[in-house]
Amino acid sequence: MVRFAVRRLTTVLLTLWAASILVFTVLNILPGTPAQVILGTQATPASVRALTIKLGLNEPLVLQYLHWMQGLLTLHLGNSYISGQPIAPELGAALEVTAPLVVLGLLVGLLIAVPAGLVSAVHHRKASGAALAAATQVGIAIPNFVLGILLIIVVAVYLKWLPASGFTPWSSSVGGALQSLILPSVSLGLVEGAILARYVRTAVLGVLRADYLRTARAKGMRTGQALVRHGIRNAAVPVVTVLGLELSGLIIGAVVIEAVFTLPGVGSLLLSSVANRDLILVQDIVMLVATVVVLTNLLVDILYRVIDPRIGLRS
Amino acid sequence: MSALAAGQSHAAAGGRAHRLWRLVRRSPSAMLGGLVVLVIVAVAVLSLFWTPYGPLTVSTGHELLGPSFHHLLGTDEYGRDLLSRLMSGTDLTLLSSAGAVLIAGGIGIPAGLISASKGGVTSEVIMRGADLIYSFPALLAAITLVAVFGASTTTATVAIGIASIPSFARVTRSAALAVLATEYVLAARAYGRSPLAILRRHVLPNILPFIIVQASLLLSVTVLAVAALSYLGLGTPPPTATWGGMLENAQNYLYQDPLMAVWPGLAIAICVLGFNALGDGLRDLLDPTLRGRE
Repeated sequence: MVRFAVRRLTTVLLTLWAASILVFTVLNILPGTPAQVILGTQATPASVRALTIKLGLNEPLVLQYLHWMQGLLTLHLGNSYISGQPIAPELGAALEVTAPLVVLGLLVGLLIAVPAGLVSAVHHRKASGAALAAATQVGIAIPNFVLGILLIIVVAVYLKWLPASGFTPWSSSVGGALQSLILPSVSLGLVEGAILARYVRTAVLGVLRADYLRTARAKGMRTGQALVRHGIRNAAVPVVTVLGLELSGLIIGAVVIEAVFTLPGVGSLLLSSVANRDLILVQDIVMLVATVVVLTNLLVDILYRVIDPRIGLRS
Repeated sequence: MSALAAGQSHAAAGGRAHRLWRLVRRSPSAMLGGLVVLVIVAVAVLSLFWTPYGPLTVSTGHELLGPSFHHLLGTDEYGRDLLSRLMSGTDLTLLSSAGAVLIAGGIGIPAGLISASKGGVTSEVIMRGADLIYSFPALLAAITLVAVFGASTTTATVAIGIASIPSFARVTRSAALAVLATEYVLAARAYGRSPLAILRRHVLPNILPFIIVQASLLLSVTVLAVAALSYLGLGTPPPTATWGGMLENAQNYLYQDPLMAVWPGLAIAICVLGFNALGDGLRDLLDPTLRGRE
């Protein structure tokens, strides 16, 4: 187990290192200096030159890369090209919106997926099971941003229960902040829940037909009891794998959902820095998201070896 | 004699078509998906020649109209006909998504084949490369490329295509590995066929079903990504009609005309549902290990 974790961690670090080179190369591939972009076409060559030196962009690319890496590793992310403000606090404030959004989205997804998957598997010969399975099929096809706008139409425009967009900061009102995250996290979680529900259903169906479950039933256990005692752990393996994939889906989905509900999160920061061509900020955020995605996959890999020790023995 | 042979082969083809039809009939999902995809393609082709109004034709005095006999889905804030815009957005969506799948397949399938047949270091390098790309979700890759090259249909298509390479490479590799382990491949090797000929004559035809399924499933993902990018303003720039762009625009008028947001949303959802159902259905039909499980 420990050896596996160490080996896997090495791969992850190598992947992240390669990713950082990839991101840096792609974002610095274009001719035309960022200083020119920042100052606009009216700028004099002298002022462009001065800014280039001030930003450290006259150094060789390798040095620039090393500076960037050093900053990332010590969490000194430097200053935005455009606003001149330090990036770290800005990113921190954005995370205060995005992290709760992703966690709440995951919760919504699980609250939908587990019951829906269980019921549609246990009742798969009845109409209720089939209807649930069909509903999840339709749920998958609705993109989260479309769902978000539909929810705004129904809940905010017609019913006027919740605000259509915007965010109340945590510091001014925790309740208000949670309230402004309700619709976004439901839009985010519902679709992921639908995808997950199908995997829960398939996994539970597989377990229901397993010999050990029939034995448990023969011993006199009820289906529900047998599922809880013997089924959950067995059904959990494929579900956890998908859960990991879904988590990266949630993280990237949050970027779009933040745009739908105009939440000041990491996604909005990324999009505005793309619009401003604030490439250093883009570089940092892309790297942050990629890191979270890679680490999530690592966590899942380790988790399902904990759930099912047989996997660890095989590899 | 030749007429007889022709008649026989004709009968065989008819038999094959009949068998295929019997197979497809077993999967309502594939039927429904296939039908939806056919309709969408038909609309896209039709929109190249005819739309009720010009998708860019501004009409003053007809702004933000609801659905009526003249404008079946209503008009937007410039009086542009929503049905016409929706129709003309269809072929852009299909072209862009299909282009992305072609890029992904064009690189991912050979990469998967090489990885499966060469093995060793080559395989390791290719699959680690796939893992690397995989850590950038399609949307993130697209946003990065847009930051450098600016928003355009091409940037969006290429970015989504590149981000989708790993899924093709993995499916191709695992399917090809299974075929390469069979006895007829061993026989072909013993017979002295070159690895390239084996890949072309034996492996490729046998893994084609998996590739078709993957392409169909991937299309549902790329349609979604294309729509999301144009919604975020990172795809095809306005005034060209795109489903995502129409949705984004409609969001400004939710209080006056909520239906305006419903149409493009519906179009995206139906398109995704179609490709998804088709891919799912085909997979159930083509993959014997899954047959009868659900």
